[in-house]
Amino acid sequence: MIENLMVKNPFAYLYLSIILAPLISSIIVGLFGFAIGKRASHSLAILGVFIATICSYIVLYKVQCQNLFYNGALYTWLTVGHQSFVVGILIDKLTSIMLVVVSSVSLMVHIYTVGYMAGEEGYQRFFSYISLFTFMMFVLVLANNFVQLFFGWEGVGLVSYLLIGFYFKRESAIFANLKAFLVNRIGDLGFLLGISLILAYCGTLNYSEVFNIAPTLANATLPGGFNLITVICILLFIGAMGKSAQFPLHVWLPDSMEGPTPISALIHAATMVTAGIFMVARLSPLYNMSYTALSVIVVLGGINCLFLGILGIIQNDIKRVVAYSTLSQLGYMAVALGCGAYSIAIFHLMTHAFFKGLLFLGAGSVIIAMHHEQDMRKMGGLAKYMPITYITMLIGSLALAGIPPFAGFFSKDMILESAKLAYQSGLPAGWFAVFTVYASVIVTGIYSFRLIFMTFHGEERFRNSHGYDEHGNGHGHEAHSHDGHHGVTEVRESPWVVTLPLILMAVPSVIIGWLGFSAFVSNSVLADSVFNIGWYLSHIQDEVVMPVQMVIHSFSELPVYLAFAGILIAWMCHKNPAFTEKFVKSIGPVYTLLERKFFMDDLYINLFAPAGRGIGRFLWNIGDVVIIDGLVVNGSAKVVDLYSKILRKIQSGYVNSYATFMVLGVIILLTFCTRLIFN
Amino acid sequence: MIGINHYLVLSAILFAISVMGIFLNRKNIIVVLMSIELMLLAVNFNFVTFSSFLHNLAGQVFVFFILTVAAAESAIGLAVLIILFRNLRSINVQDMDSLHG
Repeated sequence: MIENLMVKNPFAYLYLSIILAPLISSIIVGLFGFAIGKRASHSLAILGVFIATICSYIVLYKVQCQNLFYNGALYTWLTVGHQSFVVGILIDKLTSIMLVVVSSVSLMVHIYTVGYMAGEEGYQRFFSYISLFTFMMFVLVLANNFVQLFFGWEGVGLVSYLLIGFYFKRESAIFANLKAFLVNRIGDLGFLLGISLILAYCGTLNYSEVFNIAPTLANATLPGGFNLITVICILLFIGAMGKSAQFPLHVWLPDSMEGPTPISALIHAATMVTAGIFMVARLSPLYNMSYTALSVIVVLGGINCLFLGILGIIQNDIKRVVAYSTLSQLGYMAVALGCGAYSIAIFHLMTHAFFKGLLFLGAGSVIIAMHHEQDMRKMGGLAKYMPITYITMLIGSLALAGIPPFAGFFSKDMILESAKLAYQSGLPAGWFAVFTVYASVIVTGIYSFRLIFMTFHGEERFRNSHGYDEHGNGHGHEAHSHDGHHGVTEVRESPWVVTLPLILMAVPSVIIGWLGFSAFVSNSVLADSVFNIGWYLSHIQDEVVMPVQMVIHSFSELPVYLAFAGILIAWMCHKNPAFTEKFVKSIGPVYTLLERKFFMDDLYINLFAPAGRGIGRFLWNIGDVVIIDGLVVNGSAKVVDLYSKILRKIQSGYVNSYATFMVLGVIILLTFCTRLIFN
Repeated sequence: MIGINHYLVLSAILFAISVMGIFLNRKNIIVVLMSIELMLLAVNFNFVTFSSFLHNLAGQVFVFFILTVAAAESAIGLAVLIILFRNLRSINVQDMDSLHG
């Protein structure tokens, strides 16, 4: 199979090396990490990802410039009846973009990790995990069928679980990774059901074959009268809700910050959490057939976008602020998906991967300098000590807030535009999309610059951080409590292995919007793999403009002013802590609501978890103990016992009675045989 | 005129008596051995009958073999019986139920 491929396609080696290079390095580092030492381990891991990155860029060039696509099976994994599950590769424009995003961010994070994890226990283990993650992500992105997608999907989930619980001696980390795992199971159940429905009705799991068959099923209904495509799309999106942390399955993402910062950047900001977005974009031909599913996505995305973004404003843990902003940005992407502007969602995915990765890496750099203190109330005034971190994080925050001409501005502005368009074209729930995305522009400005002001400006609170944390909700010291509460006296810029990735991520955070804007808006960069919905297409024909015009034009529109307003609010609150405190007091109940994260955690922990455990206990006591153990297993044993008690009476032990039975048996047998023979 | 049927019926009656002897005997193992001997004799009777009616001496030759084997068998049976009595102090059939389930 593989040899056939090699003959047919000379670039197969290229595709294979993208997948295999990180896998091989992960295996070697994982199994022989201690034998080959730290230096060799990280060199090997970085080499593996570096190879994959180079190959990804070659693929990008081949695909975008030479239209060199590929879609084929590498290997038949198993065959059941007429259905065979294959390991395949799909190289198209969407894949090429995702490959570049994943490999670039992964490479940066690999390099960064050398500095961040220096001296930590489990150094080699960490590198093995992140290389394995990169492999799984490539499998997911390159899949040409649903089974492989699901394999990669579960694979990245597994590595995410392992890495959130990286500090496995810490209670909170174990809680967080279990939470992430369980919440993702709910999503995966939906995902699996969706895949099963596709298999049941289309008879195939290959993307292109499914897309060919799907239009014939447009009016198919399930028993109960539900539209088949709608149900499939919603079930698949439930999977995406788990993986991409959409409301109401978002609760695991803030807690996942228990993991080391590099993986927060790689897995929980740039790549894995966008897998759901990628999946919906990949399946755009399906989603285009169901406006109901799109409306669901819009509503959930809108909730994520605004309400979870608001939670970011009151967090004090630097990583949690960024985590909530990730939730909010994922919400933006979901809104774009729901509005049928898939290419815009992918555009935002790409810009977000870079600027959010950058923000996390910057946060990590700050955390190193603060000796693993994550509470922003114990920071402040770091700008003059850590200029590179400051400037890069400022760039990241400007991009996040959507200030022109940074990358986030272009993608976010187009999302606002497409939401407005969807509303005008009469998408149900379109008004909700418009409201949430516009409102959350302000919110984004507030939380991203609150972070900047609290961390890099103002009073240098880290010198006398003793006793500061008594009042306050203190998210900061759940994590890294082992480092104690001693004040930091000397702050230094992080080493070059940390700052180099920051700079390399800051560059795309500035320019990638300029580079990608026209191509993504006109969808030329994703043509033939992602199909934007009609209303978007018809509008955008006459709307394609140059980035420069876009920037100039933006100043006559609302969003930019909303973003500036957000920054201004953050600045005012920073300058007048007394006013802020009074404001917080005046909205007491609302503040409590926010502090408890809209009671979502309580809802899960006090309602769903006990309910689930109750069902489990019921099934255990009734189903397992009574029915299975009592009735089936022990019951059948008891029946056998009863009959044997009767039958053993025949076994008298007297030879003559055995002889009697024997002779009687012979007589019966003979009678029978004689009758048989003579009749 | 006494025909072959009379001989065969007699042989069958002898066999049935010996079988009943084994079935109904609740007392003595020696009776069981005797019943077995009788069973063999019933068979022998059959052999002789057919040999005579078919004018074939092979049947009567067989009888001698059977008699020899029967003698050897009862010798071994009695020997086993003696060992049994030495161990159990009884030759009562009722007592030999160690195969009881």
